[in-house]
Amino acid sequence: MSTIYSIKKGLDIKLLGGAEKTVVDLNSRLFAVKPSDFIGCFPKMLVKTGDEVKAGSPLFFDKYREEIFFTSPVSGKILDIRRGEKRKILEVVVESDGKNESLDFGKANVSSMKREEIIDKMLKSGVWPVVRQRPYSVIAKPTDMPKAIFVSAFDSAPLAPDYDLLVHGYGKEFQSGLDVLTKLTDGTVHLNVHKKKTLASEFLDAKNVQINTFQGPHPSGNVSVHISRIDPLNKGEMVWYVSAQDVLTIGRLFLTGTYDASCMVALTGSEVKNPRYFKTRKGAAITEMLKDNVKEGNLRCISGNVLTGTAIESDGFIGAYHAHVTVIPEGDYFEFLGWLAPGFGKFSISKTFPTVLFPNKKYRVDSNIHGGPRAFVATGIFEKVFPFDIYPMQLIKAIMVQDIDMMENLGIYEVDEEDFALCEVVDVSKTEIQKIVREGLDLMRQEMS
Amino acid sequence: MKALRKILDKQKPKFQKGGKLHNLESTFEAFETFLFVPNTVAKTGAHIRDAVDMKRFMFTVIIALVPAFIFGTWNVGYEHYLSYGQHPDFLTNFLYGLGKVLPLVVVSYAVGLGIEFIFAQIRHEEVNEGFLVSGLLIPLIVPPDLPLWQLAIGVAFAVIFGKEVFGGTGMNVFNPALTARAFIFFAYPGNMSGDKVWIADKLDTFSGATPLSKALVNNFSNFPSFHDMFWGYIPGSVGETSTFWILVGAVILLLTGVASWRVMLSMFAGGLFMGLIFNLVGPASNQYMHIAPWDHLIMGGFAFGAVFMATDPVTSAQTTKGKYYYGFLIGLIAVLIRVVNPGYPEGVMLSILLMNAFAPLIDHFVVKSNIKKRLKRAAIAVNK
Repeated sequence: MSTIYSIKKGLDIKLLGGAEKTVVDLNSRLFAVKPSDFIGCFPKMLVKTGDEVKAGSPLFFDKYREEIFFTSPVSGKILDIRRGEKRKILEVVVESDGKNESLDFGKANVSSMKREEIIDKMLKSGVWPVVRQRPYSVIAKPTDMPKAIFVSAFDSAPLAPDYDLLVHGYGKEFQSGLDVLTKLTDGTVHLNVHKKKTLASEFLDAKNVQINTFQGPHPSGNVSVHISRIDPLNKGEMVWYVSAQDVLTIGRLFLTGTYDASCMVALTGSEVKNPRYFKTRKGAAITEMLKDNVKEGNLRCISGNVLTGTAIESDGFIGAYHAHVTVIPEGDYFEFLGWLAPGFGKFSISKTFPTVLFPNKKYRVDSNIHGGPRAFVATGIFEKVFPFDIYPMQLIKAIMVQDIDMMENLGIYEVDEEDFALCEVVDVSKTEIQKIVREGLDLMRQEMS
Repeated sequence: MKALRKILDKQKPKFQKGGKLHNLESTFEAFETFLFVPNTVAKTGAHIRDAVDMKRFMFTVIIALVPAFIFGTWNVGYEHYLSYGQHPDFLTNFLYGLGKVLPLVVVSYAVGLGIEFIFAQIRHEEVNEGFLVSGLLIPLIVPPDLPLWQLAIGVAFAVIFGKEVFGGTGMNVFNPALTARAFIFFAYPGNMSGDKVWIADKLDTFSGATPLSKALVNNFSNFPSFHDMFWGYIPGSVGETSTFWILVGAVILLLTGVASWRVMLSMFAGGLFMGLIFNLVGPASNQYMHIAPWDHLIMGGFAFGAVFMATDPVTSAQTTKGKYYYGFLIGLIAVLIRVVNPGYPEGVMLSILLMNAFAPLIDHFVVKSNIKKRLKRAAIAVNK
């Protein structure tokens, strides 16, 4: 039996609108690849509007790492290359022709392949960007040798999709993907499962990997938590990580020789009428899944979960690393004496609201931040939701003053902005903590490269 | 409420950049956010936020102060009439006390908030809620008859030099309320110490000595009972006398999770520990060293300091481990000053201020041990 790692500190935010376990096909016409999904990526376009593409056709590459290609998830034609300020490329939109034809990258037997050949195939097909590294959460550098590779078989974030469902029936693809990963490291491939949530044989019967069991509240599913418990990162070390659904994409590339970007996406949130799962491809527009399926009002659509996701328009596209769309009410209203009122039905960890008496209540939470920004005053609350042997407030302050030595000493390599999401939620001072942590990580990456 | 909102929306442009009253922007903003939680939505990071904000956080402390405030106000009247040998009803006592305490509260808030508003405007920041608590704490830790002008100067000193020069609430090193008290204590000792000041307008022939000042001169005749000291029927600063009602406040702070139980618990432990040490090593002639250790916890400002002052999150140690050391040392040093120091009967204020200064050092060592652990792990990994 595998070791059980018990996470004590953390917080499960119970929200309304969890997805039912029904899967519907999503007939999306538009798909997009967003360079902003890939941290540090500076896109150089390889296509122009009107070009015909197939799944796996390169759309752009990274100017600073020319070997890394980003390819089309579907076949069709380039509808638009949307740009923002300073002509920054925001989205490369592909209109699907419905045929889903892929370029042929050739079937291959992983066991007889060299590491270089495997990496080359993944780079060419555009599958490579699913492999990311810690620290920094950037796309892995193919020439690096990671000390281990981590795969999470569950997501502990609010309303997160059930990974068991995402891989259901794809045992062969999943194992094939894991076999690829074992070739990429001379260390161990860790498959991290949840003690209660993970029931799927696809995960529990996986071979050639070390299965570790976790339990406890969010962020027990965050890869940093797994790394910190199993094989902590020291300065100069690196590990790679891949999400469970992306392991399927890797597996399919080698089993079928195609770039098959199919995936499952959970549509959740209090404002969704029928929260459920959709079968689609990476980067799909959310327009169709929201059609006649959301409530009235000013809404915020999020690609990803409410803690770490990206706000997108109601006709926006799902992010490259997201298997999850959440719709919550926008909180742009004034509330009369809201800080003083008893506040029935309000979510808070602080126990200053009557909802403290109903621990199992599910909340409809909007995007209002409930207050104005202040200097750090309350202490000890971050530590309640931060399961690392790291002093969160001290690290945040070191980042704010850009003290690189101190950041390193306090363990910035071991964390990612997502690990601070709960700190940000419970912060009485309403500080934009994830933004600060990301700036710190970016600074370290520049300094270290 | 909509009408009120409309009025505010209409007036708002006048206070914004380019408006006539732009110099009062922070003031307007303070009143606006007092009435309405703003419509700000999360722009980066997490899309949802905890419903608690600094206003509610601070207001919880004020609620926790109310029991001690009400009892203290009543006790001001009670002690006054007692010195004349009278025993009027609850309301008479309370109203007399209110006549003494309310002016203190008003002056404290007016001076402190006035300065806060000015500084917020200079910095173009929102007015911070920190003084909402300090403003009520200060009247509770001074004698009822303190001249108002002295209080005003003390508050002004505390807010400007104790807080704003460091950058405002959250940046200050010393607890602002105690800074005010320390300033008045050293600047106007005649009104802050001795046996005459602790009972409002007392009859001259009546002894107004607090238990602490009696104990300091080893005078244990007619010493108040445990019962009187615990329930608070003794002279003293306005809000500090009743350990019971302070503990009610402590329960509110701990149930809501606003204050740190670690600091409270370890400060009481520190006081008991020092009292016990004196019991063991004190010479038999020194009666003070042989009082029960728990007597220290119910005398003077110990309980009030432990519950409301030492737990100030800004000036206390920030790390979980550090809080234990910080609290324990405050309790220990407070009792040490009380018993050994010949000059000052009370040591709580000084020991909290002292440990305020040392809190960053405590944190430094706690954080350093974490850093060492990390470096050690890295070294092992390299050698593998």
